[in-house]
Amino acid sequence: MYSFDYQKAGSVADAAKAATGEAKLVAGGMTLIPTLKLRLAQPSKLVDLGGIRDLVGIKAEGGGVTIGAMTTHAAVAKSADVKKAIPALAVLAEGIGDPAVRNRGTIGGSVANNDPAADYPAACVALGATIVTSKRKIAADDFFKGLFETALEAGEVITAVSFPAPEKANYQKFRNPASRYALVGVFVAKTKGGVRVAVTGAGEGGVFRKKSFEAALSKSFDAGALDAVKVDAKGLNSDIHASADYRAHLIKVMAKRAVQAAR
Amino acid sequence: MPTTVSMTVNGKKVSGSVEPRTLLVQFIRETLGLTGTHVGCDTSQCGTCVVHVDGKSVKSCTMLAVQAEGSDVLTIEGLAKDGKLHPMQEAFREHHGLQCGFCTPGMVMSAVDLVKNNKNPSEHEIRDWLEGNLCRCTGYHNIVKAIAAGAKAMA
Amino acid sequence: MPEGTGIGASVRRREDGRFLTGSGTYTDDINRPGQTHAIMVRSPHAHAKIKKIDRAKTLKMPGVLAVYTGEDMKVGGLPCGWLVKNQDGSPMVEPPHPALAQDFVRHVGDIVAVVIAETKQQARDGADALGVDYGVLPAVVDTRAAVKPGAPQVWEQAKGNICYDWGLGDKAAVDAAFAKAHKVAKIDLVNNRLIPNAMEPRAAIGDFDRATGEHTLYTTSQNPHVIRLLMGAFVLSIPEAKLRVVAPDVGGGFGSKIYHYAEEAIVTWAAAQLKKPVKWTAERSESFMSDAHGRDHATHAELALDKDGKFLALKVETLANMGAYLSTFSTCVPTYLYATLLAGVYTTPAIFANVKAVFTNTVPVDAYRGAGRPEATFLLERVVDVAAREMKMDPAEIRRKNFIQPSQFPYQTPVALQYDTGNYGATLDMAMKMADYKGFAARKDASAKKGKLRGIGMACYIEACGIAPSAVVGSLGARAGLYECANVRVHPTGSVSVFTGSHAHGQGHETTFAQVVADKLGIPIEQVDIVHGDTGKIPFGMGTYGSRSIAVGGAALVKALDKIVAKGKKIAAHLMEASEKDVEFKDGKFTVAGTDKSKAFGEVALTAYVPHNYPITELEPGLEEQAFYDPLNFTYPSGCYIAEVEVDKETGSIEIARFVASDDFGKIINPMIVEGQVHGGVAQGLGQALLENCVYDKDGQLLTGSYNDYCMPRADDLPSFEVQHTDKPTPCTHNPLGVKGCGEAGAIGAPAAFMNAVCNALGVAHLDMPATSEKVWRAANAHMARAAE
Repeated sequence: MYSFDYQKAGSVADAAKAATGEAKLVAGGMTLIPTLKLRLAQPSKLVDLGGIRDLVGIKAEGGGVTIGAMTTHAAVAKSADVKKAIPALAVLAEGIGDPAVRNRGTIGGSVANNDPAADYPAACVALGATIVTSKRKIAADDFFKGLFETALEAGEVITAVSFPAPEKANYQKFRNPASRYALVGVFVAKTKGGVRVAVTGAGEGGVFRKKSFEAALSKSFDAGALDAVKVDAKGLNSDIHASADYRAHLIKVMAKRAVQAAR
Repeated sequence: MPTTVSMTVNGKKVSGSVEPRTLLVQFIRETLGLTGTHVGCDTSQCGTCVVHVDGKSVKSCTMLAVQAEGSDVLTIEGLAKDGKLHPMQEAFREHHGLQCGFCTPGMVMSAVDLVKNNKNPSEHEIRDWLEGNLCRCTGYHNIVKAIAAGAKAMA
Repeated sequence: MPEGTGIGASVRRREDGRFLTGSGTYTDDINRPGQTHAIMVRSPHAHAKIKKIDRAKTLKMPGVLAVYTGEDMKVGGLPCGWLVKNQDGSPMVEPPHPALAQDFVRHVGDIVAVVIAETKQQARDGADALGVDYGVLPAVVDTRAAVKPGAPQVWEQAKGNICYDWGLGDKAAVDAAFAKAHKVAKIDLVNNRLIPNAMEPRAAIGDFDRATGEHTLYTTSQNPHVIRLLMGAFVLSIPEAKLRVVAPDVGGGFGSKIYHYAEEAIVTWAAAQLKKPVKWTAERSESFMSDAHGRDHATHAELALDKDGKFLALKVETLANMGAYLSTFSTCVPTYLYATLLAGVYTTPAIFANVKAVFTNTVPVDAYRGAGRPEATFLLERVVDVAAREMKMDPAEIRRKNFIQPSQFPYQTPVALQYDTGNYGATLDMAMKMADYKGFAARKDASAKKGKLRGIGMACYIEACGIAPSAVVGSLGARAGLYECANVRVHPTGSVSVFTGSHAHGQGHETTFAQVVADKLGIPIEQVDIVHGDTGKIPFGMGTYGSRSIAVGGAALVKALDKIVAKGKKIAAHLMEASEKDVEFKDGKFTVAGTDKSKAFGEVALTAYVPHNYPITELEPGLEEQAFYDPLNFTYPSGCYIAEVEVDKETGSIEIARFVASDDFGKIINPMIVEGQVHGGVAQGLGQALLENCVYDKDGQLLTGSYNDYCMPRADDLPSFEVQHTDKPTPCTHNPLGVKGCGEAGAIGAPAAFMNAVCNALGVAHLDMPATSEKVWRAANAHMARAAE
């Protein structure tokens, strides 16, 4: 690692103030610290959100859940409130990384990082979540902007993510056999406003909505409804683990399985 | 800029001078000389560095020492009590759950955390839990057996 | 014999106490007073000329003590231990292998310079600041591409990138047999390149004692004496007496820690320059680009059969990737450890193999668990399945028809080896029973009802282990002897220290070797200490690889113990006033036949050191003996593995439904440890077949340079295995323990069994490893298309 300064923020306001210039916020650090170890980033300072108690916790609200940004994946996976309101979200959290990673990694960190193969962005987009920051509330559709890019501005700190409860939802992940990130992950949510389908791991630009699936499933929420829908490999990743064609195929298989398993 | 960090490790209060970039595993191995916690990769996947921080398993290679300020840390060296192996350590020995021994400390620390969360894990649950712990020697067969037996012994 | 600790008992491991409590001492756990830290500056290019190295900035940085390049370190090159000759009798091309690159770099990871500083972070900062100016050259990485006309040349002296063009067998006999064949089964396959990934990354500490002039190297090695020999004699010109090599606890090797690596020479040399200890520990990303890789063959093979399915002849053409330099044992792997095994367990009367070793701009390739024998077994057991498919015979039936029968031993194969003993039908029968082979059809139907494909596959392997007779390997180009040494020191109170040249890095020698001593001397195992891994303590040794520790090192131990007993008998005869020839030794007691006279082993030991009443004119005091054992032949473990898989044809995912192993390792010292060795080997074999693959891009960049891309087997990728030792073992006939070795079997037999099951499920003749989900999905789709027709 390159050398840097370290500051443990006492409050969100503190953190927002400190996170300027070349300083970087660190939440669970599950992506940032490995990145620093490989000297792929050189922040002047790390501003640690780990001491801000207000950012930890899960609240059941209006049928949905609001999850504090510093809530760990392990806590989300275990939460009775999450299991009740959005069981698919608890299962998704249980499938992120490994147990030690889930004990440190946080929803805020994952969402802010927007790794193109991460799980949470798919959940946020499919469930129509709202990203709550120190400055504003941002709809998930407007938040994820491409590879590792988000709508966050300098000095803006995610404080929570609010998920409305769907009627039914499910997440199916086909794992990269090596990294165990999503090679293709598909989150399907049947909500009052229609069906939303988000795909992670596959797209060149990160998480995206699969509108053709949404249209077919809004007509009939049945796996068979996707049979006739073609998935174009254009814009999908191709690498040593999977070609774009294969990813396109998996998107449909995973989506169908998610529809079948949705509850 | 060096700073002082203090925490409790294996029940003892310790402190030392570290840089902000010093990893918890470096503090444990280099400052405290507790070399049972290992480093087997640089991408946070192998799990040879797993320790417990405030009762939960974490990868000590993916946490800064300064982030553990004030925490209660348990390493493999602190698991046996009064010269008697912890039931999970004993189960690894009884079931030949280790060969070269390099992954073993992390494996045992992960296993103990599993049983905290799940008192009677199935084979499937054990294999699933070990996603973050690589072993190249045993093919996991005897590790899985050992953890099942260790869980029973911990009950 | 003390109950439950002798030969044949599953004694719990004596080394486990330290490993389970974090008290093991691996190389990186060692710190020397005044120690400095080295970072290797590695080439980011696969092939380049080093135009300029500017060290000025680095030398001014805090804590930096030195920067050394190839210009500074003008020493000998890293030697290759085995000279292979071309078919025309001329020697192979043997290019130089400098520890620090001289003018050119030839693979990503090649070491250009070393930066040494007071702390590791300072050394890293200094290395980052080092200015290296490269002139990038075209690179070649693919094995088949390397021999194509116009391919970039790795070495000027190796035309067409050929290191050697070697042959074994009777080509004329093979051609004649093919001419009258009823059918010819053909296969083209790639044995995928693997990265060993012992969980402990390599590390080395060089130390220099100014007072004595002694150099000490602490290193992650499977064979410290071999490192002392190679580095001392060939690279740094340090006499053995002034060079100590210590390999403490080593966190797995699998072959990758046999070889003498540049970093070992660099830290030893630099410590002497700086008069300070120099420590280097690999980051995992360095391991990926600097540990010798394994396998990497491209092969075409043809098997000729008669109308009954008997094998008439086999011809094999293999291209073997050597990487950019010849690593220590690299050249013998695709020749003497590969082609000599192509008879397998079959009576194929005529075999010819042509192996061309090729240079590429990749990390050197060398022995990896099994070394040549997995490649031979995979090829043979795959082409046999292809033959069965073409002959419409059951894979078990065609194998059985061609087995060498128990009555045929010793059996001379057409590819040099003479098998001493075996019973291949017995392990096949046992494996088929364990796997419920007969019930497969019903299970396949059940899978089909769930929309899944199910397949079963078998592999009957044989390996040549316990390497090796020195005279044989010497005649074949080995530049070393392959014996082993044991020293047994009986202390005055009857406790025993064994100093063995075999090195344990997971195999449990501290337990099994102690069992042999407890058994042979009839003393409690607690009184036996096994010492290994330090040239300062062990007289000599050739180390651990090729499943040789118990078969060669254990045999040396028995020979030394026999000498102890022989001397003990002389002492006991004197004490009991009997004739030496009447003294018997059993269960720790010397007795005189036909009398009730007896002396315990401990009494005799004490007498040897307190020789008040002693045959001093005939016998020296003391009780310490040493033996070297050079085997008469290889040992030949064999067995049958059966895999059953279920394929999700929608995604191409494979679930390993079952894996059974029936092995014949001859006599077994510790069944628990042997089973553990099979588990580990099978996991590595399944890793190769299902998950692992080293991939370079066309420019020579390593795309699988971390665990994010190189797919290691995890617990949830694998099933529990069913492992049984044959009920009709055939002990080795030429070593005193009857043992054959067990460390590599799993990695040798598993890939073919698994891929045969996958091909069976998919209904295809062949699929290359690893059976990734995409590959399987594509094959399954083609299968469905065929089924629909």
